[in-house]
Amino acid sequence: MAKKITIEPVTRVEGHGKVTIHLDDNNQVTQSRLHIVEFRGFERFVQGRPYWEAPVLVQRLCGICPVSHHLAAAKALDVIVGAGTGDGLTPTGEKMRRLMHYGQMFQSHVLHFFHLAAPDLLFGIDGDPAMRNVIGIALTNKELAVQAVMMRKFGQEIIKATAGKKIHGTGAIPGGINKHLTEAERDSFLNGADPMNIDKMIDWSLGALDFFKGYHKNNKDLIDKFAAYPSNHVSLVRKDGAMDFYHGVLRGIDSESNKILDDIDYQNYLDYIDEEVKSWSYMKFPYLRSIGKKNGWYRVGPLARMNTAEFIPTPLAQKEFEIFRAYTNGKPNNMTMHQHWARLIEILHSAEMMKDLLNDPDLLKGELTVKGTKGNEGVGLLEAPRGTLFHHYRINEKDQITMANLIVSTTNNNIPMNKAVNLAAKQFMNGQTDITEGMMNAVEVAIRAYDPCLSCATHALGKMPLEIKLIDKNENVLDRMLKNG
Amino acid sequence: MNKIKIRINDIVCRGEKGQTVLEIAKDNGIYIPTLCNYEGIKPQGSCRICTCMIGGRMMTACTTPALDGMDIVTNSDELEKFRATIVELLFAEGNHFCPTCERSGNCELQALGYRYKMMVPQFPYSFAAKDIDADNPKIMIDHNRCILCKRCIRRKKEKDNPNWFVFKKRGAKVQINIDHELTADFTDKLAQQAMDTCPVGAIIRKEKGFDVPIGERKYDKNPIGSDIEGLKE
Repeated sequence: MAKKITIEPVTRVEGHGKVTIHLDDNNQVTQSRLHIVEFRGFERFVQGRPYWEAPVLVQRLCGICPVSHHLAAAKALDVIVGAGTGDGLTPTGEKMRRLMHYGQMFQSHVLHFFHLAAPDLLFGIDGDPAMRNVIGIALTNKELAVQAVMMRKFGQEIIKATAGKKIHGTGAIPGGINKHLTEAERDSFLNGADPMNIDKMIDWSLGALDFFKGYHKNNKDLIDKFAAYPSNHVSLVRKDGAMDFYHGVLRGIDSESNKILDDIDYQNYLDYIDEEVKSWSYMKFPYLRSIGKKNGWYRVGPLARMNTAEFIPTPLAQKEFEIFRAYTNGKPNNMTMHQHWARLIEILHSAEMMKDLLNDPDLLKGELTVKGTKGNEGVGLLEAPRGTLFHHYRINEKDQITMANLIVSTTNNNIPMNKAVNLAAKQFMNGQTDITEGMMNAVEVAIRAYDPCLSCATHALGKMPLEIKLIDKNENVLDRMLKNG
Repeated sequence: MNKIKIRINDIVCRGEKGQTVLEIAKDNGIYIPTLCNYEGIKPQGSCRICTCMIGGRMMTACTTPALDGMDIVTNSDELEKFRATIVELLFAEGNHFCPTCERSGNCELQALGYRYKMMVPQFPYSFAAKDIDADNPKIMIDHNRCILCKRCIRRKKEKDNPNWFVFKKRGAKVQINIDHELTADFTDKLAQQAMDTCPVGAIIRKEKGFDVPIGERKYDKNPIGSDIEGLKE
């Protein structure tokens, strides 16, 4: 008898989503989909508002990475106020924004790896769900849990010092930034009491990488083969090919390393990228126009960034980057679980970047903003923790926003996540008569690798209800199972 | 003799003949909240937030002249609840989204919301459809945030500084309206003056939002009234 399995909501991700899996009479997976069940509407209700409000308003899409939206919107508005297309700000303006952004990358990646993803590694995909969460980590590995909390706190304190608040600050304004860093703040980040200083953060980042590499050594099958598939990869890179989270040109490669986006100026992104709409999800499906809807989808995020960048401009992360790239002999890495490895290298890179920036005197003094000839349209891109984030605005002659287009990282990863869900479902459920909680968690593990931000909320400590319905061909519910209901 | 003595909350306060109850209270370190009142503008007592018990009757402190021997209560539980209700009604009537308002931290209404520990309004939001007048090259009027205090209209006029704002429409639909002819060549200074007169974020300068960082805004360190109550940091 054919079955339909629904996993709703998906847990330990940010926001609400559900997965449906259809099994045929022989218990073979015939179709699986990740549905995004929320509708937000930011692109619509920002219309009519004064343009300088956008960085503060749209960041409320998310409570985990508001800085990414705050800065992407500010970058788009820099173009509108004539402050250049990403490299025209004053040194203070750009460096304060970069510090804010790298602090954000650091805290968000730490949250994802330690709080959301690590329980699957520490307790096993089919481990006891009562323990398979961040509380379980705190109970069994207190030191790791403390590190996770303190690392996240450090990143958030950086955000507070640059944006005014840990969540939903107002630091970035069109054309620059509204404050300097104080000497006291700088000294506290550089030389604060143990463990709240940047050197400790770098040490702990290296420790987290060692933890992952040790785990990888003992669990090669899971880390290398779980939901792995070839794909295109897209990210921003600096003009010289270096990894850069804040600004650069848009580069895309295919699974064999051929360039499919040749370092384009992202102000023209619409010439290269389009979005498809499907009836079963509120999330759109972006693709590269040159390749088409069927094969033009691409991955963004830590794995994509490792594949598109030629080097990392900080020494310790560069060393780890070389090990990472050598693992696939310099070829693009298409292994889904290697997202976590890439993420941990980015945590280290962010910590090193923060240290460099904190030692820069431009943060303490200098002009904050710059303005030039005003325009009516601007695009702002940056690399958010989960991948490339697009903000595009048009304004009228009265300074009101008339159009906003946001392509968020998770939207870029829509098809890749669906692919991963399908592969995990087939890998764990094909031919099985009894579907266990562990098998369903495997599907969620595939989604979690992308750290999807399905909305602005973070609810998940493994306590959200999970409902599974067994439905026949006529959509009659034959059986129903609830977890944490 | 122009000197008078009045009792406010059982404290003897000295003032001068011709002063209002609000002015004498302020001079004696007693804070009575206001919204429609503004230094240098003739008081009108329309917002009612300064209502006190004067001689056993509820009267607005901003419009009541102080008389020798008056007995006034400014801070009873009943009055504080009354004021909190007015603040909540103003929030429920407009579309006040503090998190994205550039006046946040400098807004008198928001500051009073904090003073009265307003968490959730007890009244349903009206969600009235209100628009933005963005025609002026220097300032915008966001009707969503206007509390109709009329400070912008009652503002002291001078020769180069005439009547920029008037009321239009009537009753529940009343709105402030900007004279686009008079303000066509508004300078930045005049635009700032217009914005400063507004207690909320209804009159805002164009292209100048959020340039004061969080932590340095007017009410970030010193809650509203603390300058009068002597609690300033």
